[in-house]
Amino acid sequence: MSARPDVVPVDVPWRRETASLGMWIFLATEVMFFGVLFLAYTHARLADPQGFAAASRLTHEWLGTINTAILLTSSLTMALAVRSGWAGHRALVIRLLWATAFLGAAFIAVKLVEYRLEWRDGLVPALHFTYSGPHARAVQAFFFLYFVMTGVHAVHLTIGVALVAWLALRDRDPSHPVRRRETAECLGLYWHFVDGIWIFLYPLIYLVELWR
Amino acid sequence: MNERAGWLLPAASDVAHRVDHVLFALFVVTGFTAIAIAFIVLVFCLRYRRGAKVDRSNAPANKRWLEYTWTFTPLAIFLGFFAWGAVVYAGFYGRARGAMPVFVVGKQWMWRLEHANGRREIDQLHLPLGQKVRLVLATEDVIHSFYVPAFRIKQDAVPGRYTELTFTPTRLGTYELHCTEYCGTDHARMGGRVFVMRPEDFARWLAEGGTRPTMAARGFEAFRRLGCSGCHDARSTVHAPDLTGIYHRIVHLQDGRTVVADEAYIRDSILLPKRDVVAGFEPIMPSFEGQASEADILDIIAWLKSTGPTEEK
Amino acid sequence: MSAAAIPVPTAPRESFLTEGYTIASWLTTRDHKRIAILYAIAITLFFFLGGAAAALIRIELVTPRGDLVTADTYNKLFTIHGVVMVWFFLIPSIPATLGNFLVPLMIGSREVAFPRLNLLSWYIYVLGGIFTVAMLVAGGVDTGWTFYTPFSTMFSNTHVVWAAAGVFIVGFSSILTGLNFIVTVHRMRAPGMTWFRLPLFVWALYATSLILVLATPVLAMTLTLIVIERVLHIGIFDPALGGDPLLFQHLFWFYSHPAVYIMVLPAMGVVSEMITCFARKRIFGYRFMAYAILGIAAFGFLVWGHHMFVSGQSVYAGMVFSMLSMMVAVPSAIKVFNWTATLYKGSIVFTAPMLYALGFVGLFTIGGMTGIYLATLAADVHLTDTYFVIAHFHSIMVGGSVMAYLGGIHYWWPKITGRRYSEAWGRVAAIVIFFGFNLTFFPQYLLGYLGMPRRYHEYAPDLQVLNVLSSGGASILAVGYLLPLLYLGWSLFKGPPAGPNPWNAKGLEWTTDSPPPKENFREPPLVTEPPYAYDPEHPER
Repeated sequence: MSARPDVVPVDVPWRRETASLGMWIFLATEVMFFGVLFLAYTHARLADPQGFAAASRLTHEWLGTINTAILLTSSLTMALAVRSGWAGHRALVIRLLWATAFLGAAFIAVKLVEYRLEWRDGLVPALHFTYSGPHARAVQAFFFLYFVMTGVHAVHLTIGVALVAWLALRDRDPSHPVRRRETAECLGLYWHFVDGIWIFLYPLIYLVELWR
Repeated sequence: MNERAGWLLPAASDVAHRVDHVLFALFVVTGFTAIAIAFIVLVFCLRYRRGAKVDRSNAPANKRWLEYTWTFTPLAIFLGFFAWGAVVYAGFYGRARGAMPVFVVGKQWMWRLEHANGRREIDQLHLPLGQKVRLVLATEDVIHSFYVPAFRIKQDAVPGRYTELTFTPTRLGTYELHCTEYCGTDHARMGGRVFVMRPEDFARWLAEGGTRPTMAARGFEAFRRLGCSGCHDARSTVHAPDLTGIYHRIVHLQDGRTVVADEAYIRDSILLPKRDVVAGFEPIMPSFEGQASEADILDIIAWLKSTGPTEEK
Repeated sequence: MSAAAIPVPTAPRESFLTEGYTIASWLTTRDHKRIAILYAIAITLFFFLGGAAAALIRIELVTPRGDLVTADTYNKLFTIHGVVMVWFFLIPSIPATLGNFLVPLMIGSREVAFPRLNLLSWYIYVLGGIFTVAMLVAGGVDTGWTFYTPFSTMFSNTHVVWAAAGVFIVGFSSILTGLNFIVTVHRMRAPGMTWFRLPLFVWALYATSLILVLATPVLAMTLTLIVIERVLHIGIFDPALGGDPLLFQHLFWFYSHPAVYIMVLPAMGVVSEMITCFARKRIFGYRFMAYAILGIAAFGFLVWGHHMFVSGQSVYAGMVFSMLSMMVAVPSAIKVFNWTATLYKGSIVFTAPMLYALGFVGLFTIGGMTGIYLATLAADVHLTDTYFVIAHFHSIMVGGSVMAYLGGIHYWWPKITGRRYSEAWGRVAAIVIFFGFNLTFFPQYLLGYLGMPRRYHEYAPDLQVLNVLSSGGASILAVGYLLPLLYLGWSLFKGPPAGPNPWNAKGLEWTTDSPPPKENFREPPLVTEPPYAYDPEHPER
């Protein structure tokens, strides 16, 4: 699969729009994919609201908050990279992409620390779950959904980090300026989507009882 | 079993007649429409076949009024059927004043049925003619579905909750009972018979099983055996709600909600005591999941019902 | 598949078929036409696998006693039949074969938007198929294609994880196909090909693609949760864990009801093309037809709860879903009326594809009308989970989708292969299938009304006559499905060259060679007129 098919003319405007429209549709499927988990969360939380509040108190909200800050910053660097790509500053773009990848990796590192703390506390359903206080069943359901949702999110983010790093490496080759820009734009959409999912996860996981 | 006379299914309950009316109307309307469409297609196909010498000038490709006609006419007919079907359907789940309760527990691959006086049956159900019946369904494993074709009733029994259904048998006889929600190996054999008897025969039949304690009596026994009475008894030192006459009463919960103490609420309170804590009480009750069987819970509910003035009207 | 099996058309010029003769040239192709053929081969294999399971089911049901296979084997048979037919045949059938081949041709494009993703989707399909076949070889699965909890998560002792994995994987091939079509239709239309000049087949595939990309991920996630719950005993569906089995049913049908429209919308598109061509008339009410397609796709997302009228969901939810289901029936009715009106003042010729199309209209009408019975709450309580439901959805999927698929294969066969098939045999097969279908499924409507539950391998002896009739019809149906394999196979090698437009049909795909060249059009097409510019007074034009 080396050579591009000669029948596809490299017609700049529609190629770019094709890729980004495809990315938008892909993100629509992702919304439905995560939607199942959000629905499951809503269902379980309505079944035992106090249990979910109790479970939320067991999370490490300061780690979650740090991660939110990290991810929002990474979205900023990603957005700047995409914009600078249009303006044509290659060195800056590469630096911004590396910053984005680094922040993404930092998020995953913090997340792993958090998982480790939860393992220590015996809050990992099915594998190491020792919690036996009130609302044990709701707490178990909460942490089950917590691990599935943050796990799926982390997988998405890992893919994102890999793609951004790949783009940063490939960007040294100046031969494909047009393709580089459209790729960066699609990757930016993906990155912001993964960030957006976290914006929803953060309050659902850490801030259940903030208003009390 | 030859309950089906030729290709007709007997209608042996009040519900069955109402459902049959809907089905018959559907059959007439859709049958007429299908024949009409087939006829028109055939006529067009013959008349306008290639080579036939007919007038083909000014063939229309669009007629706005025609499109609206065949959009809104079917819509009106369909909505009419919706309304009719919904009214009949609501009747399955209506208030069951004066109904005789029968408790149904599905289990791979048998039906266990229990009457209020404690008489139990397996894969058989005896019912008195003309008496309104309220089925309360539960299951001990997977989803089952209780289906009596001659009654036109069907209801899933779902793990973790009670479902119910009301109907009145209106015809003497023996009818098929099936499980219609796929439940594993012997799904096809999970069924039995429903016997509709004269009320006096039914009373005699019911009394034959009278050596067993009633459900309420067994419920009281379970209430003590499981230790519920240790806290919920009026003389207990532990601060727990008194349950006398709780059934169908309004209960105020800690978080401000109010619920009616129906079967589902009582069941949840035994298995998930921390979920709906009564206002003014501490959430100290442990869950009885794994200790109280579905049968125990049904018995306890029957006993709680018997303690109140609102017992099954 | 070997290189020798690929025919070299006698057509004078080169085509996409002559671009390469090696297996590698096929397995690495990014040509949408070749990928369509790869898909056609794969889904045909799965069709006969699912058909074999159906045959065993019908043979078992000839007698009321379970004497041919054990209860467990029977349960595995209907599960395999459902899983294979739904996910490995019906859902990819028209979109991945005819759709892949025709959408770029019909809109005047050289390619789909993402050729590599298109090839990847085929490989994903094959991988999902391998999982499914491996699951079969390992002993099968007995949950039914619906995977209801808690049976699938806690009670079944069969290979649920493998089956779920196979379906999960094949879902991504659907998503990629859908994504590709949406972007292709948006971005790659030829100059002058406005939205309301699109053939209805393209409209249908566009709407189907929307459903594919929006519904399939829900199934993927739901199956993931099933697998986690089965393997780790932790989840959200089992009440013993604080979960709710009805939540699974909601999620499952949120996918699987729209999936019905994934199967039937493309069929409607195919039939619209064939009826206009062989009646030599513009489709009646083109815009209403296009809107009806979109209406079905949109409303199809709102009616999933009608599978759950006796499941214990709220009575009021049942009422809302019943009303919405009535509404989704209206656009289907509109389509039937418009097809009928298209025949008026036409110049009708009864070719094999036209016979399939007329058969589709009849059987789809029956399937749609019996759907009204099932959407009516009170009637559904009696009829659901009986053979009435089986007959109803087979009317839509076999009487509808399979008829249209076969009709489409015949209609575009000359375009795809460059050769004609035997018209006489084609008509015979269409008629045999129509009669076989009716004999198979009409008795099943009666059986359902008489109270024979589905998924039963034993039944009351007085229902035997109807079951024998149904099994007899199924054997006729089997003959009907084998016939095209023979004469179409013969046509591959011996059929006379078809020429670019054997039906004298309109549409861009008929303006290029048969088979088309690799780049589809030798001259970039320009569209100047609405679709279906037929004139019944001059059928030769």
